[in-house]
Amino acid sequence: MFQGYAGHILRGFATTLEIALLSLFIATLIGLVCALMATSENRFLREFTRIYAVVIRGIPDLLLMLMLFYGGQIAINNFLEWLDLSMQLELNQFTAGVITLGFIYGAYFMETFRGALLAVPRGQVEAGRAFGMTTFKVNTRILFPQMVRFALPGFTNNWLVLSKATALVSVIGLQDVMYRAKEAGAGSRQPFTWLLFAGLLYLLITSISLYLLRRVERKYSAGVRYGSHV
Amino acid sequence: MNFEALLTPETFSLYLDGLWMTIKLLLACVFAGFLFSVPLAVSRNSRIWIIGKTVWAFTYVVRGTPLLLQMYLIYYGLSQFETVRNSFAWTALSEPMFCAVAALTINTVGYTTEIFAGAIRSLPYGEIEAANAYGMSRWTNLRRIILPSALRTSLPTYSNEVIMMLHATSLVSTITLLDLTGAANRIYSTYYLPFEAFMLAAVVYMMLTYLLVRCFRYAEWRYLAHQRPQEVK
Repeated sequence: MFQGYAGHILRGFATTLEIALLSLFIATLIGLVCALMATSENRFLREFTRIYAVVIRGIPDLLLMLMLFYGGQIAINNFLEWLDLSMQLELNQFTAGVITLGFIYGAYFMETFRGALLAVPRGQVEAGRAFGMTTFKVNTRILFPQMVRFALPGFTNNWLVLSKATALVSVIGLQDVMYRAKEAGAGSRQPFTWLLFAGLLYLLITSISLYLLRRVERKYSAGVRYGSHV
Repeated sequence: MNFEALLTPETFSLYLDGLWMTIKLLLACVFAGFLFSVPLAVSRNSRIWIIGKTVWAFTYVVRGTPLLLQMYLIYYGLSQFETVRNSFAWTALSEPMFCAVAALTINTVGYTTEIFAGAIRSLPYGEIEAANAYGMSRWTNLRRIILPSALRTSLPTYSNEVIMMLHATSLVSTITLLDLTGAANRIYSTYYLPFEAFMLAAVVYMMLTYLLVRCFRYAEWRYLAHQRPQEVK
């Protein structure tokens, strides 16, 4: 009995981790691109990222997810019809969940990365340009490595929020930890026990991430000297 | 886009009821959350090691688990225990409204306690020393110096937390309550117009967020006046 339900929930744990990591990847990518856009000289790009951030931060995650999952499919198919393509696209819960979470947290990562990009001394970028580096090289060799240190605290925070927000995908029927814990609770008539078990799994994600990211932070802060205020 | 189909008195009243529910939930949990957070934030910085650690453990667990899980634990989970079902508390615990407010409050207390505790910890020590030098007791010191100063400095972070709570109230639609999101969901399933139904709710949420941001900006302008850039005369 115990093993049956625990295994059931643990399989959901794998799904949760997959969603969390995939949407983290998408959100980081969106965040980086949008942060570069937000700090660029083009006014149109800056305005675009500003609107993106305002819209995302004004709407609850759950509502956005429901909108994309129920509405996105119809919108895509309408669009395909309009293009006169006779194909139907099936948006399953997994894709909808990952895309929505990536899209939402992209806005939060953008804010983090924007602040971090601005924290890198301007002279560093100018020095890179003076060496004849292309924009791409300046970004990958000078800007990004130095930005990591400033971005890490915000990144950690966003990741912790994101990993917990994955619980929302259970509402659109994806079989993650939450969904399966609720199922196990109903099946065994012990909802408290199994929900508590799920809670421990989430705490495990939090604790491990905090530990790992602290180590990463130490690595990227090598060479930083702290003042005498400590 | 077919918004005309949704512009009926029925959907309007449904949205309005949902909006009212969302506002009620937000006010209840922010008010209760504030009341619990202040004493907890003080005890988080207690000189007695075990008190501080206990509060830390509480906030760590609350901040480490999803709100949805906390809500389910209270609404679905507690019915597992015979003693709970037979006790007088069951009349409240079988109410989704009570469970929603309880879960939202516990969640916001976890975050708000850390915000306030952090603000208390980073107060300039000179302020506290000065109060001691004036012969203030610890209670007077707390009431007159520490709390006013700490609550002011945490205003910007606290405003974020309140906006997060506004968004968090949307989760109550998963435990049968009809808030703004729940109303949009009901309208979607009646008219089968997902984009339009959720879009209208999203616009209302954005307006609410904007209103909160304005209110907090005013509060910051008023209570953090000493940090405003001074005009040079």
